[in-house]
Amino acid sequence: MTEQNEFPESRVPVRVIGTPPADAPIVENDPGVHAPEGVPGVIPADPVKARKAERVVALLFVIAFLAGVAFIASYVLFQVGTIDRTATSNYTLGASLAVGLLALAIGITVWVRQIMPKYNLVQERHAMASDPDTREYVRDTFVQGADESGFVKHRLLRRTLLLAAAPLGLAPLILLKDLGPLPGTSLRHTVWGEPTKGGKPRRLVVEGTGRPILAADFNSPGGILSVVPEGFEEDLDALAKATLILLKFRPEELKQGTNLNWTHDGIVAYSKICTHVGCPAALYEQTTHHILCPCHQSTFDASDGAKVVFGPAARPLPQLPIGIDEEGYLVAKSDFKVPVGPSFWERGDAEAKLRENAS
Amino acid sequence: MNAPPKAITGPSTFLDDRLGAGSFLKRNLRKIFPDHWSFLLGEIALYSFIILLLTGTFLTFWFKPSMGEVTYFGSYRELYGVRMSEAYQSALHISFDVRGGLLIRQIHHWAALMFVVGMMAHMLRVFFTGAYRKPRELNWLIGVILLTLALLEGLTGYSLPDDLLSGAGLRITEGVMLSIPVIGTYLAFFLFGGEYPGHDVISRFYTIHILLIPGILLALISAHLILMWVQKHTQMAGKDRTERNVVGAPFYPAFMAKSGAFFLFTFGVVALLGTFAQINPIWLFGPYNPANISAGSQPDWYMGFLEGALRIMPPWEINFLDHTLTLSVLIPALVPLGILMTGLALYPFIEQWVTGDRREHHFAERPRNNPHRTSIGISSITFYGILWLLGANDLISANFHIDLYTTTLIGRVVIFVGPAIAYWATYRICIGLQRKDAEVLSHGVESGVIKRMPSGEYIEVHTPAAEDIAEHIRGKHEIPVLESAEDGEGIPPKSARTPLGRLRTKMSAAYGTDHVPLGDGHVHGEHEEAHEDEHAAVGAGEHKQLH
Repeated sequence: MTEQNEFPESRVPVRVIGTPPADAPIVENDPGVHAPEGVPGVIPADPVKARKAERVVALLFVIAFLAGVAFIASYVLFQVGTIDRTATSNYTLGASLAVGLLALAIGITVWVRQIMPKYNLVQERHAMASDPDTREYVRDTFVQGADESGFVKHRLLRRTLLLAAAPLGLAPLILLKDLGPLPGTSLRHTVWGEPTKGGKPRRLVVEGTGRPILAADFNSPGGILSVVPEGFEEDLDALAKATLILLKFRPEELKQGTNLNWTHDGIVAYSKICTHVGCPAALYEQTTHHILCPCHQSTFDASDGAKVVFGPAARPLPQLPIGIDEEGYLVAKSDFKVPVGPSFWERGDAEAKLRENAS
Repeated sequence: MNAPPKAITGPSTFLDDRLGAGSFLKRNLRKIFPDHWSFLLGEIALYSFIILLLTGTFLTFWFKPSMGEVTYFGSYRELYGVRMSEAYQSALHISFDVRGGLLIRQIHHWAALMFVVGMMAHMLRVFFTGAYRKPRELNWLIGVILLTLALLEGLTGYSLPDDLLSGAGLRITEGVMLSIPVIGTYLAFFLFGGEYPGHDVISRFYTIHILLIPGILLALISAHLILMWVQKHTQMAGKDRTERNVVGAPFYPAFMAKSGAFFLFTFGVVALLGTFAQINPIWLFGPYNPANISAGSQPDWYMGFLEGALRIMPPWEINFLDHTLTLSVLIPALVPLGILMTGLALYPFIEQWVTGDRREHHFAERPRNNPHRTSIGISSITFYGILWLLGANDLISANFHIDLYTTTLIGRVVIFVGPAIAYWATYRICIGLQRKDAEVLSHGVESGVIKRMPSGEYIEVHTPAAEDIAEHIRGKHEIPVLESAEDGEGIPPKSARTPLGRLRTKMSAAYGTDHVPLGDGHVHGEHEEAHEDEHAAVGAGEHKQLH
């Protein structure tokens, strides 16, 4: 079993651990492998092993057949509709499919390994490059063709052809213009600034129920309320910018970052749309007053104007000026004073401008 | 069998009369394919792609890429009467009201993950064995484009069901687009047909996902295979193998059958996963609403590194002249992807420039034999892997009870230190393995036979390594180094006189210098000589006394 014949059978320690066994057919003069008959490099399989393998492969193919039948049967027998029935259908279909495929795969592999011959065939490679004669012929032909076409000689033709190609090449790009409207200033506004039907300020309503919020009743110890503009409860485009989080603080808890003129009785409304890349900043930690965006963990201090205390967001969550209407419901006094959501190229430092105007 | 049956000769003659396919088959039926387990990694990607085409086509029969609002009245009770987009409704319909729909949807998703796994594993194999070298640079470039397209294909695919998770991904995509200077806002408005989320993005992604990118993928994969076929596969070094030949099994019948079996294996494994490993249970997430999010939202695995980059970035933003440059989004979104993809695309050409090697290469190098390349590769994997892990830092924080912010802060340091340590460690390991190889050739292999010398010293008898292994080790080729020696008058060659030229010669020397040349098998030195004596002694049969 080894080429180290000076050792007796009991001591054949010629392999490095982890390498293939000595009778692997890589080595041509291995005594375990029969000399090729006829074609060199084609080593026929051991007929005894092959006969045994044939039975194994046939068995596997029969299993694959049965699995295929089972697949069709499961399709007919198991209906879907409820979670449980879908699960049953999924398991029976998937299991029979997988068993069928794997039985076929194993069968073919055993076939190749045990019944087909081992190969050690050699084929020559050829350099990819063409030979010099061919290259020269191509070069000459190219020059000849260029001359015949007159492309080189007729300068006017060449230039007008390029001229003609330019706008036609641009045309497909131009056609894409109507993919969308131009941004304009739309990213600077939300529906909070849009006039309502009666000309009254727009109410804040609870997301999901659409219920307006009585300021006197509102108390969110330890929680935040997700709030949307009345009339836009189902408008996803509006919600993508106008959704708010509403919190109530005791007066002494609020720090100078929060604009008190925009609060009502300790109730503060911030944009829920994270200033990083726009996920809803939906997590709130009561003890620290931290608002956390679950996407990239930007953290804002709700008691201090929602300024950034950690994470990749560069700006605080904008605060919405709120008040109450004559019935005591919370309303927006105006739109956000700065653009909400992620930064964009045309945005500029709107916060700094706001401070300038205020002072 | 002496002659093919008439059922085959008939159609074959018909086709050959019209196509002349015979001469093609004559050249290619017995085309030789070298055998090595690592050569099958690309096939995983290929077969996953075929599974994706098959299962994807099935899904299109029911999926409705529309963001129009409907009310759900299907069989999933928990969402009965809920308003949602038609896309989400049809995805639920496929899952609960089409027999086999859930299975095919899950197989499709798993195959997509497997597709990228296969591509990356294949790419790493090609990289670490230097199989991208001349004449295969073009196929390498095609591969880099394929990988980039696969990432985009994945993104457009998992955005389609319009559930809460896929919507979070779209929202982040929008935020990233907005951060692009000058044109970002316009790009976002054009993609979404106006303001986010709009009513267009699902149908647009659908066209991109099922037509545009798959079409390009199909064309490029075909080109990839044709080039591989024409240029012939690389092979590992070994007995009778040279730069001028290929040793292995013929396409017909062995390779063909093995490949067919491997396709079935891939499909079988993906089917198992699709059956028993739940993936993307969209019905649990609910319909998309920009006001909502679930904690622990995560993209598919291949996008994780971008997510991690976004998470560890400090909040840098520059405002000037009424404009905003959002570095905190722009850098993580573009820089890691840019470094990796550009680096991959340029590597074959940079390596050629550094080594000055313009020869064709048909041997797959062992990674240890090109330590700097291997170190660069492992270093890049470390960079990618750290970002990828940090894309799940909230889960790491929750499961390992590490403070969330600490994971971010550690990440900001490790992303620079990790790759450097990986580079150094890999380099040392490569050199160590080379030494081991040199030792196997010069000293042989431990035999397990202990011998006591006349002086009382015990030594272990070494025997020469098995021939195939020795041949494999001897397949090491030196890496060329640029000529930098000054001539007799102390003047360096012309190319090495500029600062760039000097850098190039230095890099070349570092890259190519062989620190562990393989001996010729003859060993010198006192101790080794004793071993040499052992070979003779053992050969004489003296070892029997050791029992």
